[in-house]
Amino acid sequence: MREIEKIGAEALRTDHPDFRPGDTVRVHVRIKEGDKERIQVFEGIVIARKRGGIHSTFTVRKISYGVGVERILPLHSPLIAKIEVKAQGRVRRSRLFYLRHLSGKAARIRNRLDQMRKPSS
Amino acid sequence: MALELLGRKLGMTQIFLDNGDRVSVTVVETGPCVVVDKKTPQRDGYSAVQLGFEDKKAKHTSKPMLGHFGKAGVTPKRVLFEVRLSRQEAEPLEVGQEILCGETFESVEKVDVSGLTKGRGFTGVVRRWGFKEHGRSHGAHESFRHGGALSAGTYPGRIPRGKKMAGQYGHERVTTLGLRVERVDAERNLLFIRGGIPGHRNGLVRVRPSNRS
Repeated sequence: MREIEKIGAEALRTDHPDFRPGDTVRVHVRIKEGDKERIQVFEGIVIARKRGGIHSTFTVRKISYGVGVERILPLHSPLIAKIEVKAQGRVRRSRLFYLRHLSGKAARIRNRLDQMRKPSS
Repeated sequence: MALELLGRKLGMTQIFLDNGDRVSVTVVETGPCVVVDKKTPQRDGYSAVQLGFEDKKAKHTSKPMLGHFGKAGVTPKRVLFEVRLSRQEAEPLEVGQEILCGETFESVEKVDVSGLTKGRGFTGVVRRWGFKEHGRSHGAHESFRHGGALSAGTYPGRIPRGKKMAGQYGHERVTTLGLRVERVDAERNLLFIRGGIPGHRNGLVRVRPSNRS
């Protein structure tokens, strides 16, 4: 590991749960308004994770009042108070950009933990 | 004339500030530098301190240089460099004294960094000077990235001095002024400087407190 990566590694956060693209997460984001701080929750589907040590980010997509909203969040930012995994989705690729073209029922993602094959009778 | 330290550019990364901002920084391992010699107006005709940076093995050091380091009572150093200081500034510094990154830059807000830029070899005018390329259509051929005309003709009958042409690009000493110091790690002699600085990874750079605000 290069010296510079070691320096970045010290600031990595290890308190986040594991989550993958396709999972539904609730991200608690710290928001500063003047000198007041409050926490806003952004809930949606993780459609991409970019790995890169301290530079890592993840993208969360949700439909807000009928409009698709995506947030790219730095995984190791101190502004992220908490990440909760609400559901684990079963998807077959790592970047779910195709969800942008889908809406409603078509944009649903199956649960990873459900039985994947029908029981053979 | 402020005290300058030598450092090694470790590379770039990003850090989070207390307010949550992400900033890209260059990490420089700065010092510790050791005073190896002092130049005085009486003896040398000018005032400066000679500083050493990074240890090297005695067996890799020539005997004359061993003598030089021995006189200062310091271990052999890989790099020696001089910093011009006024006599008053040089006064408190003793030969053999270690100058640390922490105490030099603790209260410094901005720094100037000089270093040798990455060598790019013989480079054309488009990359070296940002000339525009020529249009590629209307039958043009073979001169898409040329510089065009050098000057007028019979009058003045010569090329102006300093005309921008192709040539060696990079590998020159460049100083970047007024870079913000985001963090000082006195324990490991690390300086986190906002933005980029000249040179390649592991390149030597000189860091001094900036007089720009």
